[in-house]
Amino acid sequence: MLKHLFWIMLFLSLAGKSTAQTVQVVKFDALDALLKSSSDTTYVINFWATWCKPCVHELPGFCKMDSMYKGQKIKLILISMDFVKDVHSHLEPFLKQKKMMNTVWLLNDPDYNAWIDKVDPSWGGSLPATLVFNNKMKKRTFHEEELTFEELNNTVKPYITAH
Amino acid sequence: MKMNFKKTVAAVTASACLMLLMVAADMPTATTGYKAGDKARDFNLKNIDGTMMSLATNKLATKGAIVIFTCNHCPFSIAYEDRINALNKKYQLQGYPVVAINPNDPAIEADDSYANMQQRAKDKAFTFPYLLDNTQEIARTYGAARTPHVYVLKKEGSDFVVKYVGAIDDNKDAPEAVTKKYVESAVNELIAGKEVSQNFTKAIGCGIKWKKAN
Repeated sequence: MLKHLFWIMLFLSLAGKSTAQTVQVVKFDALDALLKSSSDTTYVINFWATWCKPCVHELPGFCKMDSMYKGQKIKLILISMDFVKDVHSHLEPFLKQKKMMNTVWLLNDPDYNAWIDKVDPSWGGSLPATLVFNNKMKKRTFHEEELTFEELNNTVKPYITAH
Repeated sequence: MKMNFKKTVAAVTASACLMLLMVAADMPTATTGYKAGDKARDFNLKNIDGTMMSLATNKLATKGAIVIFTCNHCPFSIAYEDRINALNKKYQLQGYPVVAINPNDPAIEADDSYANMQQRAKDKAFTFPYLLDNTQEIARTYGAARTPHVYVLKKEGSDFVVKYVGAIDDNKDAPEAVTKKYVESAVNELIAGKEVSQNFTKAIGCGIKWKKAN
């Protein structure tokens, strides 16, 4: 009986793990803290939305990069600009359907003019956009466009190999 | 034989670089395009009623115009449709009518076709012209970076001078939570004979669907 219970518990805990992906709803100060930190982690920040076709098109490349560099000091954060009212109805089902377990934040800070330039002063505000930075290395790269996996990997590589 | 090969490679590389530069220079960025003080070029674009429209022949544009690059498909544009309509109702009889321009290539985004523009205008009872920038030349010249993207123009003689570039307000989600109405403030200042105090803002929006090079 105990043996069966063990397997049931294991199954339940694993089942729970594979379906859960709750999105953190944040204000800009959460990202600002990373932008100002002196960490030697390389951050890859991708601004996207479920309804943005080029954003969705480039996501697999980001997921591939994320698994490729697992164990290295690199962190991918997918920052969704979806409407906050759509978190449970659109965003989380989207992530579940795509089986995406990467870190996803929903940035709910509608006074865009107050923070766009802090991400990058050249950003015209369109999606998708990707910021790669490592404050310890004093290095940053910004792209306001859809990236192929090759373009993303070529952007990220110099941050990894320099370690 | 070796010398010729090296020269050929150099020539090809140089030409490729030149071409890349030309293409890159042609692509509008956030730093190119109009800013406050620039003279805005006029246009002659097809309206949803089948007629051609320009700033010069717009009978309501007696003091200026509120040019808004916007479209059908973009959720940010959709969130602002009622507010864009309200801006036109408020300012068209004060000499500053709204002129909406769709900058997107319908081949990339079918929702932004001319027929769909006509349908949306009907469904949402648009009171303003909704023009199709079919060559995307106007969007490129103005420096539109996203939808929606606003250019408030003031008529000075026969010129239309840019006085404000940027967002409509500071909250796309909730009109009732808006604290800064950038376009209204700019137009109100112009009507009062003042200079625009905040003449540039940014917002998040959908990227322009530029035609792909052949």
